[in-house]
Amino acid sequence: MSQSEIEHLIQLLSKLPGLGPRSARRATLYLISRRESLLTPLSAAMQAAADNVKVCSQCWNLDVTDPCDICRDVKRDQSLLCVVEDVSDLWALERSEAFRGRYHVLGGTLSALDGIGPDELNMEPLIHRVGEGGITEVILALNATVDGQTTSHYLSDRLSDFGVQVTRLAHGVPVGGELDYLDDGTLSAALKSRRSMG
Amino acid sequence: MQWNDSGLILSVRKHGENSVIIHAFTRKQGRSSGLVRGGVGRRLRGILQPGNEVELEWRSRLSEQLGSFTVELKKSRASALFDMPDALAGASSALALLDIVLPEREAHGALFDATLLLFDALADQPEIWPLLLARWELGLLTEIGYGLDLTHCAATGVTSDLVYVSPKSGRAVSAGAGAPYREKLLPLPAFLGARSLDPDAAEEAPSADILGGLELTGYFIGKFISEHHPRVHLSARERMLSALRRRHAPQSGEKIPENDEA
Repeated sequence: MSQSEIEHLIQLLSKLPGLGPRSARRATLYLISRRESLLTPLSAAMQAAADNVKVCSQCWNLDVTDPCDICRDVKRDQSLLCVVEDVSDLWALERSEAFRGRYHVLGGTLSALDGIGPDELNMEPLIHRVGEGGITEVILALNATVDGQTTSHYLSDRLSDFGVQVTRLAHGVPVGGELDYLDDGTLSAALKSRRSMG
Repeated sequence: MQWNDSGLILSVRKHGENSVIIHAFTRKQGRSSGLVRGGVGRRLRGILQPGNEVELEWRSRLSEQLGSFTVELKKSRASALFDMPDALAGASSALALLDIVLPEREAHGALFDATLLLFDALADQPEIWPLLLARWELGLLTEIGYGLDLTHCAATGVTSDLVYVSPKSGRAVSAGAGAPYREKLLPLPAFLGARSLDPDAAEEAPSADILGGLELTGYFIGKFISEHHPRVHLSARERMLSALRRRHAPQSGEKIPENDEA
């Protein structure tokens, strides 16, 4: 490995999230010192991912098959559709094992200043999917931010003609959260969404 | 260099791994930008939402540098609108307009106070805020040098029966003087005209009039945008107008014009 190849590797690694030039240099040295056990398998895994990972044409998830495993799973509740902003949100929900329906990845949220409108997101395929029937509830699991909620309301409006129930995730006190440390917005959202006991 | 001021967060953009660059509209410093270190983190993410009212401390070695902000929440205004789709659309539209049209570091104290009033109305007065938004947009146009003169007729000088606005000069025109040119003139809703200071005018203004008012201000905002920011598209404003049209058209039973310019 020539010096320029090492520099090239450092340069590429430093572009990864969480890594800067210094940590990329450390990672490069670590990889080179474990050539057989790490560098070669990592390189092969990256090549395989580059060759095989596809975007699911139904839900825009990432998988090696199209449709993805989640869309093909017949044990999942076909009547529930959870709309998320990004694949990372889908993975977070899957990790929680709290949802057993199917997903739709929007690919972002509406943003006035970044010029992201409905056409830049996977909204039309979502409308088409709901329009095909079989879905009774659409859960809008978008971030509790201005852009996220603007997108939720926009989608809720667009889906209002299809006779499906449109719900969104609750906003409020997180598990383990102490009221004293919560910001005013979260507290007032939690109060608004209070429910009766028993 | 250092200053402290209260302001509204206009927009937030990620910068690197952990920081964000925010644009804020402050009372004494106008629209200002700065870096917030750790702005992506859990503690600050909720505070740095567009629409939130904050106390800001700006520091920089030189005045012309971007500088960095220390931010403290004063009033959480954004989350109060999350369950109100129209008000949220109105807030997004107002914030995007401020971010696009205001020059940096130029104080607009009166506009800042009007913006806080508008945000109070967005949260608490769902019937009134569209009308206030139209009035606020008129004020915004005045602040950026595109003010409309709706006090008297541009042709005859009369102060009554003002029903049109000249798209060229932005001045009101009376029904009599404007009749021959009515195809070319813009309609002036009564609540924006001479009676606009009458508090009853607000309550009486029909939805179609309020939408007409927003169409009127939209025309001149669009004119400003096309001259100064030709690549900018006011998508938040368009979404807000479509939402208002959908809500109000069936109630009023009137046909609401669809072709807004902005």
